[in-house]
Amino acid sequence: MSGVLVVMEQRSGVWNRMSFEALAAAQQLAAKLGVECSAVVLGADVHSLATELASKKLAKVYAAQHDLLNSYTSDGYVAVLEQLIKQNAPAFVLFPHTYQVRDFAPALATRFQQVLISDVIAIHDGPVFVRQLLQGKLNADYRHTASGPCFVSVQAGTFRADAVEEGASTVENFAPQLSAEQLRSKPGELFRESAQTVDLSSAPVIVSVGRGIGEQDNLGIVEELASALGAELAASRPICDNGWLPMERQVGSSGQTVSPKLYVAVGISGAIQHLVGMKGSKAVIAINKDENAPIFEVADYGVVGDLFEIVPELTKAIQAAKA
Amino acid sequence: MKIVVAIKQVPERDAPVHVAADGKWIDEGDLNYTINEPDAYALEEALQLKEKNGTGEVVVVCAGPERVQSTLREALAKGADRAIHIEIDDLGSRDTLGIAQILADAIKAESPDLILTGLQSDDLGLGQTGVVLAELLGIPHATIIMQVEATGSGLKVKRELEDGWFQHVEMPLPALLTIQSGGNKLRYATLMGIKKAKTKELKTVPAAASSGAPSIALERVYLPEKQKKTEMLTGSPAEVAAKIVEKLKFEVRVL
Repeated sequence: MSGVLVVMEQRSGVWNRMSFEALAAAQQLAAKLGVECSAVVLGADVHSLATELASKKLAKVYAAQHDLLNSYTSDGYVAVLEQLIKQNAPAFVLFPHTYQVRDFAPALATRFQQVLISDVIAIHDGPVFVRQLLQGKLNADYRHTASGPCFVSVQAGTFRADAVEEGASTVENFAPQLSAEQLRSKPGELFRESAQTVDLSSAPVIVSVGRGIGEQDNLGIVEELASALGAELAASRPICDNGWLPMERQVGSSGQTVSPKLYVAVGISGAIQHLVGMKGSKAVIAINKDENAPIFEVADYGVVGDLFEIVPELTKAIQAAKA
Repeated sequence: MKIVVAIKQVPERDAPVHVAADGKWIDEGDLNYTINEPDAYALEEALQLKEKNGTGEVVVVCAGPERVQSTLREALAKGADRAIHIEIDDLGSRDTLGIAQILADAIKAESPDLILTGLQSDDLGLGQTGVVLAELLGIPHATIIMQVEATGSGLKVKRELEDGWFQHVEMPLPALLTIQSGGNKLRYATLMGIKKAKTKELKTVPAAASSGAPSIALERVYLPEKQKKTEMLTGSPAEVAAKIVEKLKFEVRVL
């Protein structure tokens, strides 16, 4: 058993861009271990995507094609990847940590009596895989201790897609065994809820509020700060979950990805799902009562204290500065 | 419909985090524990499905030491009908596969129509136990679910995808779903519920011995290094506000 296999993700012929971050991770891991790196892409017709991959530094590109892979199903992906992995016996199988991967990769690992090391934010020599615990408050080093293949999913932003090495590779068609009865669930078309009216991605200044605000009635002080700054109001997931602000104002992996000139995080602890949505901000100010809150890891300016005292003072000071 | 909800007890979100002396986990001495929040949404979904159907049973299952019984009692107070406590003191010594296996052993005997659990835990956050459990039981699954609707022959669920996209998936029963937070509003236990919970069945079963060594090992935990050099601004609220305004004027240049 040797080599690294990276599972690339596509939908309707369009790459999920996180796939190339996983590809960069796989190439770097393979180089460190002195083994070959290969890639696989699944679908009904992925010939052109596989050809595109063949221009990367890879030992082989597998085009796993079957009509039943036209729409994603966990059953289809698990069955096909199980066959490919049994045939090629890679030592490591890497994935981008997407919603789709979260849906099938744990089941695939189970087929091999393995556990996916999910949501990895760094790979060190060993290899040691780093992931976050307790909403980002701690990092943890994980090691694979079994003899089977090691399954790893890589968090967004951990590796750079532009670090993918170019090269020349060959495409190999992989024709899996798959029948319609194996697919127990029936996927429908993708859809969006009502048209989004708030485009946070183009806002130059964003004031974002999290759990620390306590209750809906307290939102006023944050709204006043946003209005003083001429900023869009945004929130972390729990605020939208509670219905205190509409879902379209949510920043994070399940909401919008933003990169404003200034991002003010008020009472947001900074779980990884939130950080991936805002860490591209040019400047980040964080106000939080917990000095160990992970939001301070990505903040340029931090204030440890009571937001109910600090935010109104800040609003006043900004209004005075603008007057 | 008979619904099993697999829940986990985790440290409270505001809990103080201190790395334990062996560097492999956190000090548990002064921790308070609560239901894993996504699991609370799974329980809520189960209770609402039962209420909508007007019939059925909701059974909550939790693996862990004796302290998890308080979380099970709370679930009973919110409206679950029965609880199963899988007794295991060293949950941390099993990997996801090992934990899914002891849950599978306990749940198999119940032959539920539907199994619900949260999409991930607040402590380890591996986000896999539900999917692995479905695989071990040989039933279909769907993850990160916002809405569940019973159809004539099975379920129609609304799955959350990235960037505001969703998808409906239809599947037969029995099935397992991992529930995303925010699909429903969580209920509180009523006084009547708390009273009633005392008379409801809470069964304790032993966890089977581990069938094999874990395939992954948590070697070390530690505080994350800062990715940016953070300048901490200190002083009274008014002083801090004045300092931020200076930064906004001369460094960030948005004023």
